[in-house]
Amino acid sequence: MASLIQNPRLLLRRRRPSPPLRRRLQTLAAAASANVPTSEILSIRDALLSRRATALDIASGYLSRLRITEPHLRSFLHVSEKVLREAEEVDRAVERGEDLGPLTGVLVGVKDNICTVDMPSTGGSRILEGYRPAFDATAVRRLKENGAIIVGKTNLDEFGMGSSTEGSGFQVTTNPWDLSRVPGGSSGGSAAAVSARQCVVSLGSDTGGSVRQPASFCGVVGMKPTYGRVSRYGLMAYASSLDVIGCFGSSVIDTAILLKAISGHDRFDATSSKHDVPNYAADLVSMDSVESKPLTGLKVGFIQETLAEGVDMGVISAVKAAASHFEQLGSRVTEVSLPSFDLGLPAYYILATSEASSNLSRYDGVRYGSQVAAEELGSLYGDSRAKGLGSEVKMRILMGTYALSAGYYDAYYKRAQQVRTLVQKSFKDALEENDILISPAAPSVAYKIGEKTNDPLAMFAGDIMTVNVNLAGLPALVVPCGFVEGGTAGLPVGLQIIGPAFSEAKLLQVGHIFEQTLQNHRFVPPALLEGTSLI
Amino acid sequence: MAASLYLRGIRASPLFLNPPSLSAIRAAPLLLFASPSERPLATTSTIQSPPPPPKEKPIHPPNKKISNPADDGFEAIIGIETHVQLSTITKAFCSCPYSYGSQPNTTICPVCMGLPGTLPVLNSKVVEFAVRLGLALNCSVAMTSKFDRKQYFYPDLPKGYQISQFDVPIASKGFIDVDLPVEFGGGHRRFGITRVHMEEDAGKLMHSDSGSYSQVDLNRAGVPLLEIVSEPDMRNGIEAAEYAAEIQRLVRYLGVSNGNMQEGSLRCDVNVSVRPIGQAKFGTKVEIKNMNSFSAMNRAIDFEISRQVLLHNQGQSDEIVQETRLWEEGAQKTVTMRKKEGLADYRYFPEPDLPEVVLSEEYIDQIRKSLPELPEAKRRRYENMGLSMQDVLFLANDSYVADFFDDTVKKGADAKLAANWIMGDIAAYLKNERLSINDIKLTPQELAELIASIKNGTISGKIGKEILVELITKGGTVKAVIEEKDLVQIVDPTAIEALVDKVIAENPKQLQQYRGGKTKLQGFFAGQVMKESKGKANPMLVNKILTEKLNAEN
Repeated sequence: MASLIQNPRLLLRRRRPSPPLRRRLQTLAAAASANVPTSEILSIRDALLSRRATALDIASGYLSRLRITEPHLRSFLHVSEKVLREAEEVDRAVERGEDLGPLTGVLVGVKDNICTVDMPSTGGSRILEGYRPAFDATAVRRLKENGAIIVGKTNLDEFGMGSSTEGSGFQVTTNPWDLSRVPGGSSGGSAAAVSARQCVVSLGSDTGGSVRQPASFCGVVGMKPTYGRVSRYGLMAYASSLDVIGCFGSSVIDTAILLKAISGHDRFDATSSKHDVPNYAADLVSMDSVESKPLTGLKVGFIQETLAEGVDMGVISAVKAAASHFEQLGSRVTEVSLPSFDLGLPAYYILATSEASSNLSRYDGVRYGSQVAAEELGSLYGDSRAKGLGSEVKMRILMGTYALSAGYYDAYYKRAQQVRTLVQKSFKDALEENDILISPAAPSVAYKIGEKTNDPLAMFAGDIMTVNVNLAGLPALVVPCGFVEGGTAGLPVGLQIIGPAFSEAKLLQVGHIFEQTLQNHRFVPPALLEGTSLI
Repeated sequence: MAASLYLRGIRASPLFLNPPSLSAIRAAPLLLFASPSERPLATTSTIQSPPPPPKEKPIHPPNKKISNPADDGFEAIIGIETHVQLSTITKAFCSCPYSYGSQPNTTICPVCMGLPGTLPVLNSKVVEFAVRLGLALNCSVAMTSKFDRKQYFYPDLPKGYQISQFDVPIASKGFIDVDLPVEFGGGHRRFGITRVHMEEDAGKLMHSDSGSYSQVDLNRAGVPLLEIVSEPDMRNGIEAAEYAAEIQRLVRYLGVSNGNMQEGSLRCDVNVSVRPIGQAKFGTKVEIKNMNSFSAMNRAIDFEISRQVLLHNQGQSDEIVQETRLWEEGAQKTVTMRKKEGLADYRYFPEPDLPEVVLSEEYIDQIRKSLPELPEAKRRRYENMGLSMQDVLFLANDSYVADFFDDTVKKGADAKLAANWIMGDIAAYLKNERLSINDIKLTPQELAELIASIKNGTISGKIGKEILVELITKGGTVKAVIEEKDLVQIVDPTAIEALVDKVIAENPKQLQQYRGGKTKLQGFFAGQVMKESKGKANPMLVNKILTEKLNAEN
């Protein structure tokens, strides 16, 4: 097992490892020439168990890369000061021969709308500047129980509302493949951080595509689990009926290990599912034992509406190539139609904003977060929210408030719920004939920073590939599948693989085989490969 | 406007600025009082068994004239919304305990504080209590109901919305039967129940004396409530007050709430309108709040009816506007609190954080079977036992008293006599000592024994009263007390004759007067004999023998 994280040239740029470690890493690096992604989590585990490297070495390597890249990427809103101390604790646990959790010594980035007890959690909003939660989100608690080290809090569009991370109340994150481009959003910080190997894996949240689209833009694996698969407790609510915490990794295996760690029923979330959690990573087929056509018999439906007008030609050809790849692996690929596909976007924006207008009412400046002093109550509310919330958030609150108002409820909210039922039915029908559905994860690759900030409708339209899946509550995996021209080494394109509810194991198996058999593509940002500065 | 005035200085005391952790909140509550209390925190309060129901004031001073709008050709239409705070051990959507009067912000957690990222999880007891009350109110219970969000901004509402039920309440279309107090002419009434729904309570604002700032106490936030909406079936204050009293009786019988009005566990908002008799259309309705006793409800409503009728009669009916009025106990009148500017838009929508509440027939049947005998059934049963309506209403008013009565009768006591003892000496004692019938040491078994002992002549009624006090305060059995104090009635005629002889011999002067025609003196002799016997002589025998002896010619 080899790993990019232990690419010695990167480590040597700032922090020169001791000679024995360096030798060890070079040995590891020798195997890194293969083109297929490998599991960083498993190689860290391997290194720790075999004592080839200490958790401190590994954490230091990531931190030094983070320090070098962060001024250019700005993917973190907060970096933990305890990473090295926690790594030392891991080393002591290794010394003592303790049982190591699946994520022991693994540095995990956490989207800043997910509560962490010992770090600020702002949701990317000024109204929560400096806010420190009283509790860990269930997903974070489970990460820690699995041995993970939380490296910090990643940037996002304010409260998850946006598709480029330009809507953060604090900073704009850039795309590691091209610093003049957006990383996607809203989980742009988490996607960029994994893409640039600032951390091993990361948590994001996906309400309408906020894990999948940035995964596509940044060339990493992104998993949007079934609604209810992962507890939402501790996730700052944007649209409660759509929100789900998701995972980023640089390989499907890592994503699977991370998902396993955070999944499962939680008594603090009444919408979390009691459905069994399989050992996702264990179900992934080893490439050594893969036959020539490992996906024989798999029925793949290509959603024809996702190849319509408005989708970049480069994206279409990359995804079509991916479909051919599926055929080469033995699958039968046919086009499938989702008749309600185009209705999904408006329905999504009505439901999501309606719920958001309610969920964000608690940010009123009375009990926590930033407050504007006022002489009377109305001004206290008004001024605190006017100053603390960004324009995108305000727009969505207004939209949602309008949609729920007396006299409009039936025309908007209720109708959107009816569309939601239609969307669910479309997917159900399509998934009765097919094992999985595929589509682009986004209609374009990463666009330039500022390109769409003044065109909210264009920004909304960018979510066309993903929102239907949230309306249906289904799981979807995004794996990098190709490139289009742009930047210095091309810009990655992500393939979205959608399955029935609680079919994460299947999606990960398929994604893993796809990823491990995809030739001639290497989804590591050029600057990292070169070991040169990102600019 | 009042609220905004109070809240001016709210910036001075932001509540929970980044509470470090849940345990820290519990351990060191951010008390908003000047001097944090060192009293132990109420972390495990036992709210489940309701405390002895405090006695409500009589509904109406019986001598007061009941206002009668019909005299002026008007009729009043009254509907009531009642909020009942449930006595579940934990709150509706988190595991915080709640007990009235705890130090501010000591029974709170991230969930009921509405901190970012928190989610509600429904306490199943709330559903159980709602079904209990729904069935007791003869409602149909919804097999599937759901929660909705009612949205408005107020500092005591931490999430900016209240979790409630909007279009699919857990129970609807029921009724409640009421017997009006005898002193108001009595009579039976049936009032419709529109719906019963589950919701959460808000916190409380505490305004500083200077009015320059306000503080928020979230202890009450998230406490489960049932809102009971009546049909507009009441016509005057006493009907409304008796409706509310019956709701209180029900929730206490059912054990779902302590129903205490003073503590706000039972809150009534009353809608009152008047219309000319014969008119189908309702008049403009006015909401009255702030009545913390049934008596106050009665008076507030009758005042409001008179006020509206007066405005009609003066041709100023347009001054009756849709508004909320407060009952001022001191001034005995209602005053404007706020005018309603159109309908408030709460933008209800289904609560996405909570699954639908789905019930099974078995579940409902199980609860139906577990219901105790309810006040209405008790009253009818007591009526059939031949008790007067006065007795019936008294006994059925409190389930503990009713149980005591029933148990006493079960032990063989005569119903009327048992009722007399309970309503007389026992009730007087309880009232004096401010106790509940459960707090005393007297058992129904012994009351029955006492009644039997008097009836069979073992003891006199007078001795019975003495023994009762002994049994109430110290417990024990009637037999033991009688033996210990040697209180067995003297029924042996020879023994009584001896006593009589002794008394006559000791009072020659009175004897002479008696025989001289002052026969009233027999009472004096009887008293002396009783005194001599330490009250134990059978009075009938004493009188009989005394008469013989006094009138004997010698």
